[in-house]
Amino acid sequence: MAVPGAPRGRLRAWLDERIGLADFEYLAKKKRVPVHRHGVWYYFGGMTLFLFAIQVATGILLLFYYRPSAEEAYESIQFLMAEVEFGWLIRSIHAWSANLMIFTVFVHLFSVLLLKAYRPPREVTWFSGMALLGLALAFGFTGYLLPWNELAFFATKVGTEITGVLPLVGAFLLRLLRGGDEVTGATLTRFYGIHVAVLPLLVTALLGLHLFLVQKHGMSVPPSVERSGAAPRTTPFVPNFLLRDVVGWLCALALLAALAAFFPAELGKKADPFASAPIGIKPEWYFMFMFQTLKYLPSHILGVEGEVVGIVGFGLGGLFLLLVPFLDRRTACGAPSRLFTWIGIGLIVYVIALTYLGYTASPTK
Amino acid sequence: MTSLSLEPGTGRRGFINWLLGTSLAAFLVSVFYPVARYLVPPKVEESMAASVKLSIKPDDVKPNTGQIFKFGNSPAILVRAPSGELRAFSAVCTHLHCTVQFRPDIGHIWCACHNGHFDLNGQNIAGPPPRPLDKFVVNVRGSQIVVSKGT
Repeated sequence: MAVPGAPRGRLRAWLDERIGLADFEYLAKKKRVPVHRHGVWYYFGGMTLFLFAIQVATGILLLFYYRPSAEEAYESIQFLMAEVEFGWLIRSIHAWSANLMIFTVFVHLFSVLLLKAYRPPREVTWFSGMALLGLALAFGFTGYLLPWNELAFFATKVGTEITGVLPLVGAFLLRLLRGGDEVTGATLTRFYGIHVAVLPLLVTALLGLHLFLVQKHGMSVPPSVERSGAAPRTTPFVPNFLLRDVVGWLCALALLAALAAFFPAELGKKADPFASAPIGIKPEWYFMFMFQTLKYLPSHILGVEGEVVGIVGFGLGGLFLLLVPFLDRRTACGAPSRLFTWIGIGLIVYVIALTYLGYTASPTK
Repeated sequence: MTSLSLEPGTGRRGFINWLLGTSLAAFLVSVFYPVARYLVPPKVEESMAASVKLSIKPDDVKPNTGQIFKFGNSPAILVRAPSGELRAFSAVCTHLHCTVQFRPDIGHIWCACHNGHFDLNGQNIAGPPPRPLDKFVVNVRGSQIVVSKGT
């Protein structure tokens, strides 16, 4: 403890009077984390936050060399990878951290789903989390185009074409996203603006809400633990839980460095709007289950074009997931809800199975 | 003597509220209308080319091969049918608009994105594409190939 009157104590008192340090101290002391057998899942939200911080830091560094135009984007990244010292490292960490972040977001989502942490009063926390998932996927989709290589070009062509399938507003949205009728340099500058300005702004606001709600309600204890009747145990957030968090973050950083060193991000061939789509073209792994589903759908299902059925189906699936806190009435009343546990497990199995097929099924068959 | 009502929505107070409300709405419209219009990209003149002369010579198009060429703003594909006839189609897949290619190993047109197959008449024969490829008319004048839009 700082002694009042000593220089550190005086600074502390000065700051406390002006910004209310004592309030923060009180909050940090008050925050406690429940201890039970599902406690490991509590770490994935913080892990996602850490990886997001890595994205902000490396993203800012990439901005110093990247040039957002169809003529220069590919070349500027070539320069970054080949000439700039540690350029390969910064870009590879950005790419790998993006992938790990999406992975931890999904783990966080499914653990919250299976442990029923979305039940009242945490519905808004769930909604803001789902919105953050959507933003994370939008970050991935817009960032994928920025190197302006062959894979990115066709992935963006297909991805934006999918919005065009939507009834009524599709054609308008397609033009709005692409900045024209085709994927061109205009699309690249739009995606760039969205990736580095619009999405960060939205994430900052939503993340603020999400974290505020997590502090307000505290961590959710799974209903199965609550029902077991054992006396609730907790551990202080500062320093016990936070230090464990930091260990996890350091492990993640080591993993990122290793991945970046052994599997640096590739650049491929420069996009050519007048070349055929390359064999084996595929989206980022987190879109793979949807991509593979589209491949299996026949051209027409009950008179409707297959891709419309698929895309509307995924839209409804997402809406269902968003509304789970309202649909799962049994959990809301405090009763066990086996149905929603099985729906959650079914979703995980579906995503894993289709992703597996996407990587193993022959691309030419 | 007029009785001044203090009920919200009536009298002088209501009038002021209505005035403020409508000016606020008008203000918001005047800010967001230009922003909305700004975000919609302007229409660019589409290349209206009804026909295109290729730099590819007829003799260079061997049987069981296909070549991509530019038709206006979009890619097209030139193939030689087993009968020896040259055929041209839009290379834009009718599924999700990837660019198709000729696969010599299976002898027909194929889209790498979602595994769509088209025969040498442009007909969708397997996979997700819902419609045949758009067909163009190929004319050979001496050593010059001219591809034009069908009527």
